[in-house]
Amino acid sequence: MVKVAHVQLCSCCGCLVSLADTYEKLLDVLNSIELVYCQTLADAREIPECDIALVEGSVCLDDHHSLEVAKEVREKAKIVVALGACAATGGVTRYCRGNQLSKPVHSSFSPLTEVIKVDLAIPGCPPSPEAIVSVITAALNGDMEYLQPFAELAENGSEACGCDVINKVVNKSLCMGCGTCASACPTRAIEMLDGRPNILKELCIKCGACSVQCPRIRFPELIEKIE
Amino acid sequence: MNPFGAYKKVVSARSTLKEVLKKAQDGGIVSTAFIYGLENNLLDGVIVADNAGEFQAVPKVATTPEEVLEAAGTKYTVCPNISVLKSAVREYGCEKIGVVGTPCQVRAVRKLMKYPIGFRHVPDKIALIIGIFCMENFPYQGLKLIVEEHCGVKMEDVVKMDIGKGKFWVYTKWGETKAIKLKETHPYEQIACHVCTDYTAELADISTGSVGSPDGWSTVFIRTAKAEEIFNKMVEDGYLEVKPIEEVKPGLGLVEKLAKTKKEKNMKEIGHRKELGLPVPY
Repeated sequence: MVKVAHVQLCSCCGCLVSLADTYEKLLDVLNSIELVYCQTLADAREIPECDIALVEGSVCLDDHHSLEVAKEVREKAKIVVALGACAATGGVTRYCRGNQLSKPVHSSFSPLTEVIKVDLAIPGCPPSPEAIVSVITAALNGDMEYLQPFAELAENGSEACGCDVINKVVNKSLCMGCGTCASACPTRAIEMLDGRPNILKELCIKCGACSVQCPRIRFPELIEKIE
Repeated sequence: MNPFGAYKKVVSARSTLKEVLKKAQDGGIVSTAFIYGLENNLLDGVIVADNAGEFQAVPKVATTPEEVLEAAGTKYTVCPNISVLKSAVREYGCEKIGVVGTPCQVRAVRKLMKYPIGFRHVPDKIALIIGIFCMENFPYQGLKLIVEEHCGVKMEDVVKMDIGKGKFWVYTKWGETKAIKLKETHPYEQIACHVCTDYTAELADISTGSVGSPDGWSTVFIRTAKAEEIFNKMVEDGYLEVKPIEEVKPGLGLVEKLAKTKKEKNMKEIGHRKELGLPVPY
């Protein structure tokens, strides 16, 4: 049995809901894993040694507890997965509208990827249940080819956002106007104007969904195998 | 170099639906497949490029054959079809969606199916992907310039555009036909198309385009088992008439020539961009 822990830092539970939203697929996954830690779904007080830790949320640098948990996860887990935008890029906790912080003394919410070494990052707010299941399944099967883009995001993905689509695609004359970014955006921060994305930065929470879905930013070869 | 990608079979085909043929670009394959799908409950919504007036294209979720018909015909300009995919699921409540797109859009759909980060409960609702042959696309202002400056026709008077026999054709509502050499349109192409090496929408379930088949017919690649089943049923039920590709002129050779031209030309452009240190899709 592969031991999986779900660890929550500063977040809203949305990624956990997304994990639970996999319906029958979750059962498939649960049958092949042992959920050893999950404050919402399992009765365990201490983070045990585990194979995969799904970490949801960002790290509040003004809260030593948050930092300690992040460090502890790295020590206890073989594979650390930054689950969702907050852990991967900072998401709403970092880029909330107008920088309205939840408490005056909380001045910084850093993505997990900037605090500890993370093996895989799944952006999105929240990432789709299908993406979570695919990543867990690929991790169980050791399918490194599938996981490669997530590993790259863990390494240098803390800036994935609408700006990426502008900087890396539109500004490099690579955008052909498919509209995938606009469709992927959970906050409707992207509208298509004359066949190009226009990012409404007041709405963008830098979840990275648009840039990871862009076919011109990264197109793993395995997608070419359609049957 | 494999010019077409993987496929099960390739044929020349034409719709038997009169109302489709009246409006279709060539053989009316896309419209007919979508109408067939909607009428037979294989699809409950399809994403098409609608004509927003004066050949501006806007993506639309069509749920009836009438809406499909309204949108029939090729628009030679950028249309962000995938931008309404999530809305088809969330707002229209579609569970069996057909998508038509250019090769790059088909690749985008395949990517979001394999890596559905921002597409919760969407991938399993994509029922049929139809790709159209594509050499390049024009931004709307570019297209307008070609039509108005080079062809000397007002956009509001245009009823149909076509690319064929090395020319860009414009048909007006006054019955006039104007054409310019395709070479003259090259400066107005979308530059992003120059790093694309996919001519026949290699990742679609069904790919179709006029090239290779006689006027009024389309060349059709059937690539997946699902597509083969639907296509065969369409033929059985009399929605399409089919000819072996070997028996029609100019035939697959021309498709191969154009597909290879696109690959070679754009591989060169990709190489050139790399030399300059510019990013390329990978």
